[in-house]
Amino acid sequence: MSNDHQDHHEGSHFSNVELRVRALESLLVEKGLVNPETLDKLIETFETRLGPRNGARVVARAWIDPAYRRRLREDASAAIAELGYSGMQGEHMVVVENTPQVHNLVVCTLCSCYPWPVLGLPPVWYKSNAYRARAVIDPRGVLKEFGVELSDEVEVRVWDSTSEVRYLVLPERPAGTQDMNEEELAALVTRDSMIGTAKL
Amino acid sequence: MNGVHDMGGMHGFGPIEREHDEPVFYYRWEARTFALRQACGALGKWNIDMARHANERMPPEEYLASTYYERWLAGLQRLLLENGVLTQSELASGMSAGPAPAGLVAFPPEKVEKAVRNGRNYCVDTPIPAGFAVGARVIARNINPTGATRLPRYVRGKHGTVDRDHGVFIFPDANAAGQGQKPQHLYGVRFSVRELWGAEAAPKDRVCLDLWEDYLQRA
Repeated sequence: MSNDHQDHHEGSHFSNVELRVRALESLLVEKGLVNPETLDKLIETFETRLGPRNGARVVARAWIDPAYRRRLREDASAAIAELGYSGMQGEHMVVVENTPQVHNLVVCTLCSCYPWPVLGLPPVWYKSNAYRARAVIDPRGVLKEFGVELSDEVEVRVWDSTSEVRYLVLPERPAGTQDMNEEELAALVTRDSMIGTAKL
Repeated sequence: MNGVHDMGGMHGFGPIEREHDEPVFYYRWEARTFALRQACGALGKWNIDMARHANERMPPEEYLASTYYERWLAGLQRLLLENGVLTQSELASGMSAGPAPAGLVAFPPEKVEKAVRNGRNYCVDTPIPAGFAVGARVIARNINPTGATRLPRYVRGKHGTVDRDHGVFIFPDANAAGQGQKPQHLYGVRFSVRELWGAEAAPKDRVCLDLWEDYLQRA
């Protein structure tokens, strides 16, 4: 277990921080600076509306529609918005395509930048010190830990999200899926394949 | 700022721990902290670069000992305090010592959906000439700003190639310091891993970063 996660289970530590957050919220509400219903609405949005199912639809569409794939390449933000996904932490999207020769991997070494409209909030491992530290210096070692072994012939491209540009990996379409429809294809697409830590 | 948040290339953190089917938030306080950051950000007292930098200024020992949302919480308290939204005694006691600063209005729930869907635009519509063309060989400047920067230590002084011109964007170093947007071109720049990490690194692999005009010089 990483430090990031271990701390979640330290009872006293946890209750202390929980009390601090509760106190801060009630202070801000009392002063008229925060509406608690706004917080509820924000949480509901990020727990239910945003998530990797959105990105999976983008990927599936790109697999079946070459014109869409082209638009995704030319202006990813606009092409993603065609499917109804846009906004916070996805304002300036770039899609990077995996091929038999190139494997892409996304990280944010400085904080936790991640494309919210298409993937939701990042998993704990993406925000962990270990991933942030290692993805740029040892991408093949990281990929191996995730079960992805690449031959020396494949070029690994790591995308360190240092600006407001957000990256989405377009994984390769798995073999034997030519008879599947868009919905079935979308169901194959995992979150990690769109970060680049998995292949399909 | 040469802070502990600038983690690219560090050793010693061990393997990457993963969990299957993890929830969006483990605990309610994490969800509340996330939402408080967004709701307080909407008060308009600080921008995204100031918000990031507030997290980065957490003392390094505390930063490493904290979970992700504890960093967010500490950063939020710092922002509220430094921007005069709350006082130190209010933060410490949890008791209001008077009315909120004039003009600050709670963000209404009915505007959440649109705000999340629209986001913000960090691209600036000012025609500014690009100093570098796609394909240009560049060096990431060896600078060590003490304030916010999005130029990680591991690329400073390294040679790279401009892959893409993203257009004109707000410059975080200035924006975080309250010095205005200082808009300039933002480039996707690729570096070979051998340039970054030495001859032992895989021959073909590369790391690509988005770097602003002020971070670059001609090679």
